[in-house]
Amino acid sequence: MAVTLDDVRHIAALARLGLSDDRAHALVGELNGILAHMDVLSKVDTTGVEPLTGIGLSTTPLREDRGPAIPLVHPIETFAPKFEDGFFLVPRLATHEDASDAS
Amino acid sequence: MSAPASPADRWREKYEMVVGLEVHVHLKTKTKIFCACSTDFGAPPNANTCPVCLGLPGALPVLNAHAVELAARAAAAIGCTIQPRSVFARKNYFYPDLPKGYQISQFDKPLALDGCIRVGTRDDGTPIEIGVHRVHMEEDAGKSVHDRFAGYSAVDLNRTGVPLVEIVSEPEMRSARQAEAYLVALKQILEYADVSDVNMEEGSLRVDANVSARKHGDGKLGTKTEIKNLNSFSAVVRALDVEFARQCAVLDSGGVIEQQTMLWDDRNGEVRPARSKEGSHDYRYFPEPDLPPLVLDADWIARIARDLPELPEARRERYRASHVGLSAYDIDVLTSSVALGDYFEQVARRSGDPKAAANWVLGEVLATLKNTGQSIDRFSVRPADLGDLLVLVRDGTISNSAAKQIFATMVATGDPPGRIVDREGLRKVTDDAALIAWIDEVVAEHPDEAARLFGGEKRLQGVLVGHVMKKSKGSADPKRVNQLLAERSGT
Amino acid sequence: MSRATESLALARRIGAFDRDGLNILLHAADDALRRAERALDERRDRGAALAMDGIPVVVKDNIATTDLPTSCGSNILGGYLSPYDATAVAKLRDAGALIVAKSNMDEFAMGSSNENSAYGPARNPVDPTRVPGGSSGGSAAAVAAGIVPIALGSETGGSVRQPAAFCGVVGVKPTYGRVSRFGLVAFASSLDHIGVFGKTVDDAALGLEVIAGHDPRDATSAPRDVPAYRDAARGALTGVVIGKPKEYFPADLDPRIRERCETALEIMRSLGAEIRDVSLPHTDLAIEVYYIVAPAEASSNLARFDGVRYGLRRDGDGLRGMYEATRSSGFGPEVTRRILLGTYVLSAGYYDAYYRKAQQVRTLIAEDFAKVFASGVHLLFTPTTPTPAFPLGAKSDPYEMYLSDIFTVTANLAGVPAMSLPIGRVGGLPVGGQLLAPHFDERQMLAAAYALERTLGEEAHR
Repeated sequence: MAVTLDDVRHIAALARLGLSDDRAHALVGELNGILAHMDVLSKVDTTGVEPLTGIGLSTTPLREDRGPAIPLVHPIETFAPKFEDGFFLVPRLATHEDASDAS
Repeated sequence: MSAPASPADRWREKYEMVVGLEVHVHLKTKTKIFCACSTDFGAPPNANTCPVCLGLPGALPVLNAHAVELAARAAAAIGCTIQPRSVFARKNYFYPDLPKGYQISQFDKPLALDGCIRVGTRDDGTPIEIGVHRVHMEEDAGKSVHDRFAGYSAVDLNRTGVPLVEIVSEPEMRSARQAEAYLVALKQILEYADVSDVNMEEGSLRVDANVSARKHGDGKLGTKTEIKNLNSFSAVVRALDVEFARQCAVLDSGGVIEQQTMLWDDRNGEVRPARSKEGSHDYRYFPEPDLPPLVLDADWIARIARDLPELPEARRERYRASHVGLSAYDIDVLTSSVALGDYFEQVARRSGDPKAAANWVLGEVLATLKNTGQSIDRFSVRPADLGDLLVLVRDGTISNSAAKQIFATMVATGDPPGRIVDREGLRKVTDDAALIAWIDEVVAEHPDEAARLFGGEKRLQGVLVGHVMKKSKGSADPKRVNQLLAERSGT
Repeated sequence: MSRATESLALARRIGAFDRDGLNILLHAADDALRRAERALDERRDRGAALAMDGIPVVVKDNIATTDLPTSCGSNILGGYLSPYDATAVAKLRDAGALIVAKSNMDEFAMGSSNENSAYGPARNPVDPTRVPGGSSGGSAAAVAAGIVPIALGSETGGSVRQPAAFCGVVGVKPTYGRVSRFGLVAFASSLDHIGVFGKTVDDAALGLEVIAGHDPRDATSAPRDVPAYRDAARGALTGVVIGKPKEYFPADLDPRIRERCETALEIMRSLGAEIRDVSLPHTDLAIEVYYIVAPAEASSNLARFDGVRYGLRRDGDGLRGMYEATRSSGFGPEVTRRILLGTYVLSAGYYDAYYRKAQQVRTLIAEDFAKVFASGVHLLFTPTTPTPAFPLGAKSDPYEMYLSDIFTVTANLAGVPAMSLPIGRVGGLPVGGQLLAPHFDERQMLAAAYALERTLGEEAHR
């Protein structure tokens, strides 16, 4: 399965990575180089083998429905890039949809 | 009276509407699904946040036991099979109200499968049921406000991490009305199960609709579109009809339906395509490595089903069987909310007269709630007090019309009926001497009307009775007053 | 030595290494040190039991500390001050340790040489023309240079053991879930571990004792008691069966490294252990599995760096432009490469062939260990790395760099505890020997390490 320039642009878009044309072109070769090594896995017989989902714990621990919440030692203002009146500000969404990408 | 014409009507003969619904419901836990932040509504923006729900580097999720309990209860209440092992998965996409850049949800191993919801009864008495495909758990995202800061959207992450269940139906609904019936039934079941406030206005219940069209008899499903931004059940109904009509028009002219997300524009009554930046979404689901699988043992699962509160259908059956002579419509109204049914039962128990209780709840109580805007669970008239009022009527202490008057006072003051009766002297007066005295006064004060009554205009009797009731401040026994007046007028 | 003199000496050591250009430390603040000392005094006054009373410690820059920045060696988190401490950090503080600095690292722990740092490469104190290893190069070097006796690092594919081997110090990766990951900035969640560097095995064992334990804030944290690891420092290895997996001693292994390993094995034999030839047949697939699973999880874990709530924000055309400008200027080339690779292997149409397949093969790798440990073998011994520390700039091909993890990656995939300790030098450069144990059997592993270290003595550094 060879990765094309279009593939690189598509996955860069999915990952919100802005890639220059030069970089995108170079990455086609780099990624194909790496992926070529991975083909060996397709030859391994894994019939009936479960993917490893976790190590150790077979069931997720549950916590009680009460606080207190983990406190912030420094308030949000100290690390937020743009914060006003208690809100995180971002450039206004182009399509003003209260329905976000999913649910 | 027939319903107003909908855009779908002209297509119904040729095409069939196929509808599936995805409903998201807030579970009423005290804290969020993966962290101990409060889920309380109305906090200042970003006040209910912590490293986990802010998606700070290094933070990790831990599952809320009560969220699991409520999710399982919801699933059991709609007849689903709770899976002994379910797996959380990451749904990856970028949006400012999604701090981690992924939502923790469930993908191919959800919490529960294969339920159904009864939406009606066929002529032959068999139930009409819509299948529920799956129920899964997930975390909610935050909220954005777009008009508060010029040029910016403002993000509030208080809602991020509130526990949700997503309930996905089978595509078995065949009309907008049927979809509405499904939603009404589902909302009711979840309310009875006490897992959520299921309030669409407050956002604790959200609906996305999937709709497609096909020619009658065609076995294959058509291409569906998804409609979002539905803010009420009636919006769901209107949007489905509008979109179905649009699809039929396209198909009928030989066109092809494009699979896309649509947004409902309530003000203009239109659907329009959501401007999606990248074709269809690739969420790159994979099992959540930070959470081992959720394993539930058989005893726990059995207990959930066993300990379900009484559900709407069971309550309706119980009312039917109680031989109180309630009509199917009456029962439907009384069971429309848990609180109303509970209220009715308390009044019935206290008064020992379920029939009267039903009449009063269905009549005076509902009318008052509507007029005053109160809700039944915070109604100013305690059910025990209403029960006592009914006893006073039944044993003749007060007249029916006095009862209505007393009820009005109870609504306004919250006082118990006995106190009001004494305070306002509303004990039913049946003593003829007193009644005749009032009648005499009324005749003297309304000579024209009296004359016309005695002259043979029988319909004025009611008017004069009314005057007597007013003069007696409602305490006169209207039956006896009628008889006395009738005697005097020689009828 | 009085406390004041100690602190001064420490401050001088930190300053000295800045001047020498080894670039080991990223954030070291006098006031942080003073605050830490004040907090320590308070604890002493309260009579708290302090296992690490006054011991200065360096913490890798991807572990959250509230008093020193956590930048993960990246521009995208430059200057970010975490509003909470990682659990491991809180435990160190409670034990009286003084956290004096954050150490340089490969950006977001992606690398094997500490050359991928946005703050410049770190250098190996033994030979500054060479890499200290990665991604925890700074922490390994800090211990090797004598700045501190104990340091925290992190491992996803060997990032504690490999730099420990390159720098000639002890490096321990505990069992997955033994130490809480709460506060470790995630790279690949199912492979990440916090690990400990020590000048000696005892230093590392002390550090591990303090930071290990169940944490209710980490759902993958093991609900198991922590044994007294330092008690493993006793006597002989009679009855211990040590496996020598043939896949870790390939024909083309550097003969000098092989020789050092054979010497170590001989020592352990002389102490009563039985050495047995074993096989871990799926070892040759480990790098491929790792470089699918790790980038996949990383592509998801690094999505949160989007300029919205913390870290770098660069403006662009609208929201989408802001995301892309922020992430393209904030992430370095290796991180970008891995995010793309990871996004690709998870994307529609490729998930089954790549990610799911890799996780299935991972099960086979984990089963290799389980089978060997169930067959009467108590420990495994291997070289830690195929080569000693290489010169800066020597490995330009990304895949070639990935191959330096070849002996360490399997322990992360299987979650078994593993450690490296110095077993000699070749050409003046340190060589590490690696011990691996069954899940949660760190004690056994440390016992063998204590014994080997004691017997080797100064030979370990020659």
